[in-house]
Amino acid sequence: MSVLESTQQAREGGLPAPGVPVSDLDPYSADVLIDPYPYYEMLRELGPVVWLEKYGVYAVARYDQVKQVLSEADKFGSSAGIGLTNFHTEEPWRKPSIILEVDVPDHTRTRKVFTRILSPKALNALRERFEREAEKLVTALIEKGECDAVADFAHAFPIKVFADAVGVPAEGREHLLPYGDMVFNAFGPVNDRFRECLTKLGPSSEWIAHACRRDVLTKDGFGAQLYAAADAGEITEEEAGMLVRTMLSAGLDTTIFTLSNAMASLGRHPDQWAILRDEPSRSRAVLEEVLRYDPTFQSFYRTTTRAVELAGVPIGAEQKILVFIAAGNRDPRHWANPDTFDVRRQATGNVAFGTGIHGCAGQMIARLEGEILLRVLATRVDSLELLGEPEVHFNNTVRGYSRMPMRITPRVAAS
Amino acid sequence: MKDGSQSEIEVEPGANVMRTAVDAGLPGIFAECGGACMCATCHVYVDQDSVQAFPPVGEVEEEMLECTVAERLPVSRLSCQLVVPEGVATVVVRVPDAQT
Repeated sequence: MSVLESTQQAREGGLPAPGVPVSDLDPYSADVLIDPYPYYEMLRELGPVVWLEKYGVYAVARYDQVKQVLSEADKFGSSAGIGLTNFHTEEPWRKPSIILEVDVPDHTRTRKVFTRILSPKALNALRERFEREAEKLVTALIEKGECDAVADFAHAFPIKVFADAVGVPAEGREHLLPYGDMVFNAFGPVNDRFRECLTKLGPSSEWIAHACRRDVLTKDGFGAQLYAAADAGEITEEEAGMLVRTMLSAGLDTTIFTLSNAMASLGRHPDQWAILRDEPSRSRAVLEEVLRYDPTFQSFYRTTTRAVELAGVPIGAEQKILVFIAAGNRDPRHWANPDTFDVRRQATGNVAFGTGIHGCAGQMIARLEGEILLRVLATRVDSLELLGEPEVHFNNTVRGYSRMPMRITPRVAAS
Repeated sequence: MKDGSQSEIEVEPGANVMRTAVDAGLPGIFAECGGACMCATCHVYVDQDSVQAFPPVGEVEEEMLECTVAERLPVSRLSCQLVVPEGVATVVVRVPDAQT
């Protein structure tokens, strides 16, 4: 047994505060990953705070508590890691992220650099390039007719435009996905899924380390801008490399899965696809509803920084809390008909990207990619037909698909 | 409001201005990123009399204020970064013509 596993087992002896509902749910089991939403409903109905006995952690699944935990970063910290492993007492699988897995004030310094590079103003310069690539991709999709909406659509776009924007080499980009897969598995327990991922990681880790180097990156991408921030003294040279790594691990699998979830939702709800097809300018709002209805990030952790109270429950310091953002996005206390995929709804305020100081720094580029690709698709395609059940990709933290056979029928050109 | 109308909302000290406005269903504050200071779509003009009630513009807020769709003025703030201070009876903010 590894050090990691023995400390995790030791943690499982903990007890909840009196009166807190207890659940034996394993949110990382295959059954839950296939369709987590009924399980989330069960957790929400148990109470505002629930104890998961299998892992010795508290969990929140209602919108208000999810939002509160994410917003009060001084009480519910990130420097103990945002996975099940507590970095204060256990050994992380890799060096912690200097933006994701830190608290104020360390976080403030690195976040500021990310914010500038990924701000709406900075992203405007990419819009035209993204539109050109989206046109190319949809043309290829229409020529195929029958395609795999994961490989040919969801995967193809970010691996081209986002990796180009960061400035990594074109050769070897297939290594990016296994690395992201590992990062997101690692937020969960050390289970077979985690171990299997880790054993296959070697070559991908090496490629990523190489791709993050100053001399390997293009001169005008986000990566180069991070090194420019190092030259300006805002961050160190080593930190710049680490932040490039963060961009690559956080910015690809996530967007790819979001696009795959968009295709699954639109394929399963032809009436909602028709709304987008008839008004392609709705694409940004449609994407927002996808993010609410079936978000890529399902859950992650915060750790109490001191003794706190949450929804009346006293919780000691250094206690892990599992935050089910995907469950908050379906809480009937906040959303009307939450289980209905309704692209006309006002879906802003959903917590797919988190919220507060650690809210996803890449959310605006993710929205830009999705908005453009869905708009171009809706402009040129008449119908999407699923040719079978999409295959779920199993990961401890992120939800998406590995395969999705689909028939794409183009619009008939106006004569 | 951009149509010239006014809305009064009761707030507790410590309340977030953006969240209060969104929860009250006020039009004109979009807040696409939900308060992560990433989108500049909860832009407001703080009334001159209320400017002093808030701490100065933060560094990240400064980056985002350069991205507002409506003109940035000296009294421009992102409402997601504003917390209603203790002992202030009224805070007046104007909503710009456009957020996106």
